[in-house]
Amino acid sequence: MPTSLLRRAAPLLALPLLAMLPLLGGCGDTAPTAPQGGPATEPVAQTGPILIGEYGSLTGSEATFGQSTHNGVTLAIEEINAAGGVKGRQLEVKVYDDQGKTQEAGTAVTRLITDDKVVAVIGEVASSLSMAGGRVAQQYGVPMISPSSTNAQVTRIGDMISRVCFIDGFQGYVVAKFALDDLKADDIAILYDQGQAYSKGLKEDFARELVAMGGRVATEQAYTGGDQDFSAQLTAIRDTSPDAIFVPGYYTDVGNIAIQARKLGITAPLLGGDGWDSAQLATLAGDAIEGSYYSNHYSHEDTRPAVQTFVSTYQARFGAVPDGLAALGYDATKLLADAMGRAPSLSGKDLAAAINSTTDFPGVTGTITIDPERNARKAAVIVQMKGGQPRYVTTIHPKGAEPAAPAEGAAPAEGAPAEGAAPATEGAATP
Amino acid sequence: MTRLLQTLMDGVAVGSLYALIALGYTMVYGILKFINFAHGDVFMLGAWVSFTLAATLGFAGGAPPWFAAPLVLLGSMALCGLLGFTVERLAYRPLRNAPRINVLITAIGVSLFIENTGQLEPIGWLAERGLAFPFGTRPQRMPALLPDATLFEVVGVQVKLVDVLVIGIAFALMGLLQWLVFGTKLGRAMRAVSHDPKTAALMGIDVDRVISFTFVVGSVLAAAAGFLAAEKYPSLNQPAHSTWILLGLKAFVAAVVGGIGNVRGAMAGGLLIGMVELFGAAYLSPQLRDVYVFSLLIVVLLVKPEGLLGKATVEKV
Amino acid sequence: MASASLQERARALTPPALPTLVRAWLPVLVLGGLTLLLHFVVGPAVGPYYSKLLMDIGINVILAVSLNIVNGFTGQFSIGHAGFMAVGGYTAGMVTYYGGLSLWGSSLPQGGFLGPGELLFALSCLLGGLAAAGLGYIVGLPSLRLRGDYLALVTLGFGEIVRVLVQQTDDVLFSAEELAAVPVWTLPTKVGGALGFTGLPFYTSLFWVYLFVSLTLLVAFRLKASSHGRAYLSVREDEIAAEAMGIPTTRIKVRAFVLAAAFAGIAGALFAHEVGTTLNPRELGFQKSFEAVIMVVLGGMGSISGAGLAAVVITLLPEALRSVADYRMVVYALALVVMMLVRPQGLLGLHELWDLPLVRRLLRRGGGAR
Repeated sequence: MPTSLLRRAAPLLALPLLAMLPLLGGCGDTAPTAPQGGPATEPVAQTGPILIGEYGSLTGSEATFGQSTHNGVTLAIEEINAAGGVKGRQLEVKVYDDQGKTQEAGTAVTRLITDDKVVAVIGEVASSLSMAGGRVAQQYGVPMISPSSTNAQVTRIGDMISRVCFIDGFQGYVVAKFALDDLKADDIAILYDQGQAYSKGLKEDFARELVAMGGRVATEQAYTGGDQDFSAQLTAIRDTSPDAIFVPGYYTDVGNIAIQARKLGITAPLLGGDGWDSAQLATLAGDAIEGSYYSNHYSHEDTRPAVQTFVSTYQARFGAVPDGLAALGYDATKLLADAMGRAPSLSGKDLAAAINSTTDFPGVTGTITIDPERNARKAAVIVQMKGGQPRYVTTIHPKGAEPAAPAEGAAPAEGAPAEGAAPATEGAATP
Repeated sequence: MTRLLQTLMDGVAVGSLYALIALGYTMVYGILKFINFAHGDVFMLGAWVSFTLAATLGFAGGAPPWFAAPLVLLGSMALCGLLGFTVERLAYRPLRNAPRINVLITAIGVSLFIENTGQLEPIGWLAERGLAFPFGTRPQRMPALLPDATLFEVVGVQVKLVDVLVIGIAFALMGLLQWLVFGTKLGRAMRAVSHDPKTAALMGIDVDRVISFTFVVGSVLAAAAGFLAAEKYPSLNQPAHSTWILLGLKAFVAAVVGGIGNVRGAMAGGLLIGMVELFGAAYLSPQLRDVYVFSLLIVVLLVKPEGLLGKATVEKV
Repeated sequence: MASASLQERARALTPPALPTLVRAWLPVLVLGGLTLLLHFVVGPAVGPYYSKLLMDIGINVILAVSLNIVNGFTGQFSIGHAGFMAVGGYTAGMVTYYGGLSLWGSSLPQGGFLGPGELLFALSCLLGGLAAAGLGYIVGLPSLRLRGDYLALVTLGFGEIVRVLVQQTDDVLFSAEELAAVPVWTLPTKVGGALGFTGLPFYTSLFWVYLFVSLTLLVAFRLKASSHGRAYLSVREDEIAAEAMGIPTTRIKVRAFVLAAAFAGIAGALFAHEVGTTLNPRELGFQKSFEAVIMVVLGGMGSISGAGLAAVVITLLPEALRSVADYRMVVYALALVVMMLVRPQGLLGLHELWDLPLVRRLLRRGGGAR
């Protein structure tokens, strides 16, 4: 018996080896690396184009996020290269799709760093995916800039991870402050996506800030991203007759939520976060979203020349008005290139140090300073949906930075929208 | 009281959608004894084809003509019926004598294929001619083809035309199916094949044709459910969104709870699942609505494995 | 000869002790050696990306081979394997993360190869396996009385329930102080919810993955060849006949189910501590369960080496297709359907790799030289 078992088992041992045959072909030039646990130590190539990695959801349910970001990154790279590149070398971006799945994100970043040998990584939009990729980048000592993950935990991974957007704690404060000060709404219901870390985190931050400033949470209801029927939650919300409803989810769900809320006779305005930011929002929600507000990273109506140049180049290149994600992808790439120029070398350590010491970088989404926690400290804008367009309402600055320099997040004066923007519709539902 | 009535009405509306989808599952299971995982994707296609038809025919925006809704509904049903026929012919028929699990894996493969093809960007050549196919990765807004009217109001509950139509059309189609299965010769053939394919074949029934027909009917009903869902929930999730699969799964749960292979059971199961989900969400906690559905499934299976309206079968030696 | 007593004949038939012992342990030694080879030679030689792929392959091999015990051997149909994987992963994660915090005040890996951290990790894998097995028993005992597809549904429903419940949990605690401030029994609710159980130390290495792959393979092979294992196969072939022969079919099914759940739990523990994976509820939903079922069927129901081979193919296929971006999942789906149509019995059918004519000829040549 043992003999036959052995004879049968022996070839099995060849299996894992067989499995590696296709792999060995592609890695002949791979130098042995330190066993995992230590940072990759290979020297970075000194000539030829500088390779930057990007990972994003180019397919899957959050595909528009990845595509917008990628457009922003592409535009920035083209501009930098046209201007002569960085350190006399051209930039090249290698992008992998993660399908919006964390495991794919982890694999993609591992491949970018250890196989493609990129000097830095840009990604992701969704916080859970940035967490997955960020842990890998930290492990291998390669800097990663998240353009638009707002969950506080992302940069807590370590010193290699930074971002060019504000965090949910601030965004929660912005929306709460706007609701209390401008809308005079202090009794607010919350409807959040329990399946998204972003939504859950933003909900908690908002509730905390709201209560701290004297507001009240009328009720908290949850849904799962992709749900179509919100009648149970909205009926419960209607029973509390709140002044406003905060929906810190993605625009993909906001459409059905807004439509059903109006159908149930709820007239209170909806409030949202940057997850609402998509040209698709007005299409999906139609009239139901008119008069609702959300906080965002920038407004394309901003009159600053930097913004208007960006908007027009982007429109010429991709045929669409850039959303916040595109602007952040653009800023992340530009900031990275700036840090590369300042860094003494392109090693992970030097580059991360250069990124983390960025101060007053003039970005499209505002003046970016990377704070000690590697988060971007900058202002947020509130926009209102009017006539199917997000129209600029106000800018809200971080606590303690209210009397901001005029350059920062400079907003168009009321009633003076930038060129090309649709005229504001009168009589749009305002609370 | 308002809330109770509101929940009741929503539960019936959601439940009738589940019931329509569940019918397709239950008919295929009754005959071939396999879970057609791709059925949920036919439902998804029903919604997206409706959207594409409505957009291509120019019904988006403004008040659509009265024939828009029936035209799109029938068009979507016809296209999905054709798809059901093709899938059965190409993917399932060659496996007629293979183990059931193979058919199941094929169904998963077909399901993945439909979703991932569906979310490809529209082919340029077609898009230029006004037909956006495939559907791309963006969610879309289904044009309102049914008038947005409130019929009447009872103790604060507005009864919307859309909901009434969803329930009405669903029940009409279920009635039609009931007649088809129990009142026609073809229906008798279906029941015979379901009971014992070999004997049915010996009795001169063209088993392959009956099976093809079953798939077509199931797909047509799923397409109708897709259209109604798109009208009720007009913001369509993108084709590969897991929510479509989950809806399909819940409909399958409805079929099992009602007694798989049993047409009336699927209707009852659909309504029950809709009620459990909505009442659970309204009165217990909306967080756990999927848990209620799957818990109900497990309880029913443990207590009465043949389902509520199913007949217990005795294992023959 | 004819006059030899029974005892003499028995003695003559008894195989010599030493060679038997050597043969019995040889597979263990060879697998162990191979594990060390992978960890110390192959891993460093191919670099982290390919090492990660090898680890992914290994984890999928464990999943596929263990699910094969239920779906292949006993012919039951479980599609909730990812649920057990999640239970194992979260249990192990709590042990290494909160264990590490309270032992060393840090959740970072402690010590090097086989250092204190890795030993804690090994313990966590076993606990993860145990937890999954326990839950497998609770789920399996009532539901395995059901036949065929109903079991599939119960397992599917179970997997979904696990996923939704994990989604409800709170944020992970960050420091030893926070940990000290909460009662221990609340820890299962502090596993990160939708964001996932983040911050787990990266302990999973080629060594640990292939150690458990070896264990899984040894158990599966020995089981299949044993008389106990034949009882499993008899349940698949004909449950009523098996019952008539005195085989306690329900008990056998529960055993297979628990065994498979245990290995799925271990796979989950390895998955949780791998670089570039995140233990989160979205990842371990029914799609993952389907993937495991696909591996088993693709390899051939009941074929252990087939399940292993399919795990390799399924892991590498999407990776190899990454450059075709948009079309990769379409190609993957088509490949699956075509495979089922062209070769419905799976890659190897009921056979093992060495039953193939070509391999057999090679083996015979090798054996002839001996």
